[in-house]
Amino acid sequence: MSAVQTSLRANAAWRWWEIALGVAAVASYFLAGNHALLLNEIAILALFALSLDLILGYAGIVSLGHAAFFGFGAYTAALFAKLVMPDPLVGLVVAIVASAALGALCSVLVLRGSDLTRLMVTLGVAAVLYELANKLDWLTGGADGLQGVVMGPLLGQFEFDLYGRTAYAYSLVVLALAVVIARRVVHSPFGISLKALRDNRLRATSIGLSVNARLAAVYTLAAALAGAAGALIAQTSGFASLDGLDFHRSADVLLVLVIGGTGYLYGGIFGAIAFKVLHDLVSAWTPQYWTFWLGLFLVILVMVGRDRLIRPWTWRKKR
Amino acid sequence: MLTLLFDGIAYGMLLFVLAVGLAVTMGLMNFINLAHGAFAMAGGYVTVLLMNRLGVPFLATLPLAFVFTALVGALLERTLYRPMYARPHLDQVLFSLGLVFMTVTAVDYFIGSQQQMISVPSYLQGRFDLAAVGIGKYRLFIIVICGLLTLALQMVLSRTRFGSRLRAAVDDPRVAQGLGINVNQVFLLTFAVGSGLAGLGGALGAEVLGLDPTFPLKFMVYFLIVVSVGGTTTITGPLLAALLLGIADVMGKYYAPKLGAFIVYTLMIVILTLRPQGLFGHKGASK
Repeated sequence: MSAVQTSLRANAAWRWWEIALGVAAVASYFLAGNHALLLNEIAILALFALSLDLILGYAGIVSLGHAAFFGFGAYTAALFAKLVMPDPLVGLVVAIVASAALGALCSVLVLRGSDLTRLMVTLGVAAVLYELANKLDWLTGGADGLQGVVMGPLLGQFEFDLYGRTAYAYSLVVLALAVVIARRVVHSPFGISLKALRDNRLRATSIGLSVNARLAAVYTLAAALAGAAGALIAQTSGFASLDGLDFHRSADVLLVLVIGGTGYLYGGIFGAIAFKVLHDLVSAWTPQYWTFWLGLFLVILVMVGRDRLIRPWTWRKKR
Repeated sequence: MLTLLFDGIAYGMLLFVLAVGLAVTMGLMNFINLAHGAFAMAGGYVTVLLMNRLGVPFLATLPLAFVFTALVGALLERTLYRPMYARPHLDQVLFSLGLVFMTVTAVDYFIGSQQQMISVPSYLQGRFDLAAVGIGKYRLFIIVICGLLTLALQMVLSRTRFGSRLRAAVDDPRVAQGLGINVNQVFLLTFAVGSGLAGLGGALGAEVLGLDPTFPLKFMVYFLIVVSVGGTTTITGPLLAALLLGIADVMGKYYAPKLGAFIVYTLMIVILTLRPQGLFGHKGASK
């Protein structure tokens, strides 16, 4: 084994804190108590942010329209439960496949152009879906949202209860699976080649990487995971609405990821926890104006440098 | 039909004045600024507050809106924006998004979330018919003002020494710097004028577009469309893109109200997929 291979292997090994995180996740289920609903939202947000991390942190695509896939997954799962069959697992798979298809379709659009062009195209796709969901009210319920979705029991046994305990377990398992899959992907040669083309596309091309095919593949995967997150929120709340496609969603998930840090997979999870807790605290204190503090936080975050905020030990060093 | 076209042109001209500052600053520093709409809103509120609370006549508030937002723009450029130029685009997006969130809530807090009413003077109200085309006086006023501004901008850019410095800096900032052009100063001035124009546009458009604290978020996409479709290398590109957008939007709302903004977004995606550099852009030197 060459030195390069050894170092890549070492990078891919499970760390102690990753295992600790897994244990903490299992423990959180038993300690959840009355907070299972909130924890469920956190798990779903973490999954959503994880999917964005794949394209932003690893492939370097700045997207302001990632909610497109989230909302699409949510509507697909809700409609499937309402019109075809109420089984959640089948619905989840259908939503994932549908979102992946949409992602593959849209990936053609993000391959070309500058950051600005990509920003506008992702934003545009989300806006188009928003308008569609708004206007096709015979199908989606329009501005009122899609109501009357009744979910069947999970695996035919576990009913979704009012306290969200089943929901939380369900979301947690899906999140854990997604982390394992994403982890496998980013440590594979494919994942390493993504980082290469993020850092320098020209050089990546000249060592013979097919940039477009790789970007399209990771965009599709990210769309599938975002669709899974959307499906989870629709299934556990029994409701899908325009809110899932809104610009605010895309901005929020970007913020979540940035709080947690991009490009190391767990940023989404830590970011989701920090974001939800912060949101709960600040909006309890000033419900109407909490976005002001969100904005201030963003500005300071960028001023300080977003890589440094999560690494307090670097604050005193000169950059 | 022609009346619609006329309204569309007025709307497009307005969008152009609102977005031209963004186009130039984006082309100059390759900086993605989502907070441009905040300057437009500031201009709108200057006009509304001066008129409604102090009773300043409408026409007199327009230059004030321009000056005020230009000063704010210059101040912010010098203090907050300048360190951001060298950052990755993601940082710029987050930073300007943060600014938007802050202005939206700050205006909501200090002035209130309601829609601001503005009453243009009576000689600008109403409409008259010209060869069977109904022409709104205020719309005509907008077209005339914006047309004059466009001409003036074009003259400044193509005829004056400052214009040639600016164009040199847009084409290649490093070489321009090497030739002894103070790119930072050029940029400060451009940013201030661009913000001022946005402010003026916001003041002019308060009656047409409406004015409430969510203005920067609502119109952010429109400004960005103008810039990304028009390209940032010329001034005619954004102008044509703005006119196209204005006409498409007005026509779309009239003939197919069910589709709403759908047409505009689809059009943008198609154009950007086919021409990633924008309709009228060409590849810059070292972007």
